[in-house]
Amino acid sequence: MSFLDVTLYLLNGFKLTCLLFALTLVFALPLGLLISFCTMSRIKPLSILFKIIVWIVRGIPLMLQIFIIYYVPGFLNNNIFAKVDLYFLLNYQVQDMGRFIAVVIAFSINYACYFSEIYRGGIQSIPNGQYEACAVLGMTKGQTFSHVILPQVVKRIVPPMSNEIITLVKDTALARVILVTELIMKAERLMASALVWPLFYTGVFYLIFVGVLTLLFGFIEKKMSYYKV
Amino acid sequence: MAILEVRGIKKSFGDTNVLKGIDFSLEKGEVLAIIGSSGSGKTTLLRCLNFLEFADEGTIAVNDEVLYDGAAEKVAKKKLKHNDGMLRKKRLHFGLVFQNFNLFPHKSVIDNLMLAPVLQAKSELSFIERWRFEKSRAYAAIREKALATLSRVGLAEKKNNYPCELSGGQQQRVAIARALVMNPDILCFDEPTSALDPELTGEVLKVIRELKDTDTTMIVVTHEMEFASDVADKVIYMADGVIEEAGTPEEVFRHPKSEKTKAFLSSRKTAAGGKDE
Repeated sequence: MSFLDVTLYLLNGFKLTCLLFALTLVFALPLGLLISFCTMSRIKPLSILFKIIVWIVRGIPLMLQIFIIYYVPGFLNNNIFAKVDLYFLLNYQVQDMGRFIAVVIAFSINYACYFSEIYRGGIQSIPNGQYEACAVLGMTKGQTFSHVILPQVVKRIVPPMSNEIITLVKDTALARVILVTELIMKAERLMASALVWPLFYTGVFYLIFVGVLTLLFGFIEKKMSYYKV
Repeated sequence: MAILEVRGIKKSFGDTNVLKGIDFSLEKGEVLAIIGSSGSGKTTLLRCLNFLEFADEGTIAVNDEVLYDGAAEKVAKKKLKHNDGMLRKKRLHFGLVFQNFNLFPHKSVIDNLMLAPVLQAKSELSFIERWRFEKSRAYAAIREKALATLSRVGLAEKKNNYPCELSGGQQQRVAIARALVMNPDILCFDEPTSALDPELTGEVLKVIRELKDTDTTMIVVTHEMEFASDVADKVIYMADGVIEEAGTPEEVFRHPKSEKTKAFLSSRKTAAGGKDE
């Protein structure tokens, strides 16, 4: 195989890596905010429940969580992901759909929990005076949050969020533990035909991806520097 | 007819009784100055009036409408704070200017002024009307009013600046304008110049003086004795959660009856004298 052939072959896997990355963000960013509300809730049972969930999700290896999400329904003799696999294979000739969905779920929950703590830190760092100023101006709690608190939180959490999101790029490689053919899995397949260098070549893909993200976050930070606190 | 009637306000935090029964009333257009050493409960009183804290006992009435009745709240066991809509309406009778401004740092000066009125107007509209609100006449009216208020505090040319680009005095003037835009019956100031450098207090006090000339009813918690005796129609000296002395500036500053007031005023004088040297 020529260099070009290998690149195209790996790009095929990289597509899935990017899709996994994007879907995880789409689900985890709002879910994280929701979880942060729950952990900060004044309703004690709710906040305790979600603190325990965050503790479990952050305390167990992500790899194990992928296994749990994918295999545990199977133990219950109702492997939903295998059924989805079969359904997509028969109807759309798409392989591994069920596995992919399982991985997206595992990643979304895992990252939502990490994000929730970043949101919490951001929300709690906003001085109480901002809430009071809104209150005396007759604003509702919803208006206060969406127009005054959240915009300020976003600025504060960009650096820690970018850190976490860059970690996500590389964590997508874990999807191969349940045979989702992402970038590294593709390279491993090439090893079967005695091509070792593509495995190391995958690093370039990740580097470029993270490079683009770094530029993007730099741009966002610059955009938000129109005010100082 | 008194615009504001406060009767028997008591408030404690845990075992600490911060307010031990405060009574006073205020006529329309009057300026009330509240003086007293730190920890005497001045700020807590102001916060009770704005419903940032809830008094344990006592009543607050504006224009003869009872806004808060501690006893009734207790009996009903349904605290006002749980009824968000009603609470917001009642809060709008009062405006509050904070010691440390509490401007919205991510909004330009004009947006700081317009945010609350715009949201208030929008909340009465249907979903579709909200999208087009920025082109409506109501929006233009709010903007015009905000600009007019801004020029009242002398900051019309700063309308597109962000709070971080302004001096402390200018920020506090924006905060005053922001409170004024909501048309409060009574405007409260919580030590409006305490967070400012001495050379910046003048511009803020000047704005408050000008407001007095336009018949704005105000309550000013302040450490500026000279300003208080100059501008206020009534002065209250608070100590340990009670009103130790109340009256016209002339009565309180020139002829104080209570020993505590005398001691407080003379300590102030020596402090001021010390600064001059």
